[in-house]
Amino acid sequence: MSNTARYWNLFRNGIFGENPVFRLALSLCPAVAVTSGVKSGFLMGVAVLFVQTMANVTTSLLRKFINPKVRIPTYMFIIATWVTVTDLAMAAFARDVYAQMGLYIKLIVAFAIILSRSELFASKNKVVPSFFDGLGMGVGFLLALVIIGFFRELLGKGSLWGIQIIDTKPLLIMILPAGGFFAMGILMGFFNWIDIKFFGGKGASGAGGSHG
Amino acid sequence: MEAVKKEHPLIVSISPHIKDEESVSRIMWTVSLSLLPALLMGVYFFGPKALFVTALCIISAILSEHFFQKGLKRKLTTNDGSAFLTGLLLGMNLPASLWSFNPFTIHVPIIGSIVAIVITKQLFGGLGYNIFNPALIGRAFLMMSWPRAMTLWNEPTAAFVAFDAKTTATPLMILKEDGIGRLIEVFGDKLNLYSQLLVGHRAGSIGETSIIALLFGAAFLIYKKYITWHIPVSFLGTVAVLTWIFGGKGTGLFTGDPILHLLSGGLMLGAFFMATDYVTCPSVRKGQIIFGIGCGALTVLIRLKGGYPEGVMFAILLMNCFAPLIDRGVKSSIFGAMKEKKR
Repeated sequence: MSNTARYWNLFRNGIFGENPVFRLALSLCPAVAVTSGVKSGFLMGVAVLFVQTMANVTTSLLRKFINPKVRIPTYMFIIATWVTVTDLAMAAFARDVYAQMGLYIKLIVAFAIILSRSELFASKNKVVPSFFDGLGMGVGFLLALVIIGFFRELLGKGSLWGIQIIDTKPLLIMILPAGGFFAMGILMGFFNWIDIKFFGGKGASGAGGSHG
Repeated sequence: MEAVKKEHPLIVSISPHIKDEESVSRIMWTVSLSLLPALLMGVYFFGPKALFVTALCIISAILSEHFFQKGLKRKLTTNDGSAFLTGLLLGMNLPASLWSFNPFTIHVPIIGSIVAIVITKQLFGGLGYNIFNPALIGRAFLMMSWPRAMTLWNEPTAAFVAFDAKTTATPLMILKEDGIGRLIEVFGDKLNLYSQLLVGHRAGSIGETSIIALLFGAAFLIYKKYITWHIPVSFLGTVAVLTWIFGGKGTGLFTGDPILHLLSGGLMLGAFFMATDYVTCPSVRKGQIIFGIGCGALTVLIRLKGGYPEGVMFAILLMNCFAPLIDRGVKSSIFGAMKEKKR
């Protein structure tokens, strides 16, 4: 397999095959908490995309120097570093967004998906594949958040990106936490169906839920 | 029982494993029949709208079960009456005012039925596998999605004519907002209040108002041994005791009015017909009593301290979660088995 095809597969894997939210069922807390609107979902997704990619690259660069006994704390340090970078950068350059999202940005440190990619992929692979894996996972997470946010905001508030489209609230429950689980569950089922129907998959791998 | 014989001998079906003449469909139709008096009283008080809302729920429940099973190529089970009963129970838990074209709320009962059948029952594997009572999840979903339309209560008219009834508050809403004094003022005197509540001449959901009709149906079910006394009695008893102790607002302990609390809201409908749902309540007697006490305590907590005037729905749903846990906790010890020594 040529390198390009391999990288492309790694990238695509994060979006379809092992989508963090819909297939691995990791980081479900933020997927419910910040998806009451498309905008907040998108911004969160972008922040995670950046942290995921950079954490993967850094972990991969340092993988020879990390003592296996202290690898998890080390990964946490790396992730925390990049989260701090994101946090400070946002506070400096996008103040209005930061006022709205600041609390959640700090919580990225605890996202299961980022640590799990450091542990499962970046610590065993070279820098370039790790970069594409992180990119794929980040884009997959971003897409999942935007899709969930799209349905929740449209049905719950009748608006998209804060702009009113329908003048009523068709299904108020969708912006409540309960509706977040409904939307996520139905979309998860839909993604499984697509995978089984068109890609010959076996359905979700059953990785189980996780905190963070 | 043709279907049972054909099954593979080594495949164990879900509990209970008691063989009897009774079939699922017979139980479902009998329970539906026992709800009929309460429904008729609801139609009498709230007019044809009540009948339309209930019929809409039943039809959409049966259709959504049919099309979901057809779409997933599962065995069609619409004839066993469980979808009919779910639709009926959901319809009886809705206000008759939902049958209205301006503002348009006809879709509300339909969506409730779809949520009840598809999300609560079929997605968990069909009848016998659902964790929650389908009709109550349907109602909870509607309650959160259209809080205004779901609490628009028609004034009972007792004349089979009125299409445009006035809206008013339920007794529990008055009790929560203005206290017991105002409630007695509305109904005249205390005796009149009790008798009106007993007959069902008050604002509320279609099937919950007439206590006499509900008790009549419940007595029939207990006589037929389809439900036992454990859940209803522990449920109602807990509500009575707790409202007696804590129900008095500002007048100290032991001054509450348990009769008023027993006769109002969806308590009778919930205690006899929804909490006793075989699938979602514990199957051990001792567990059923714990289940009933939990339902009662949560109902009183929500009624007296919560944001909603009525708490039966959320109480039963919350206790549904605990049903498997309760069953595990109270299972009887095996005869002759020794207790494991603590290390």
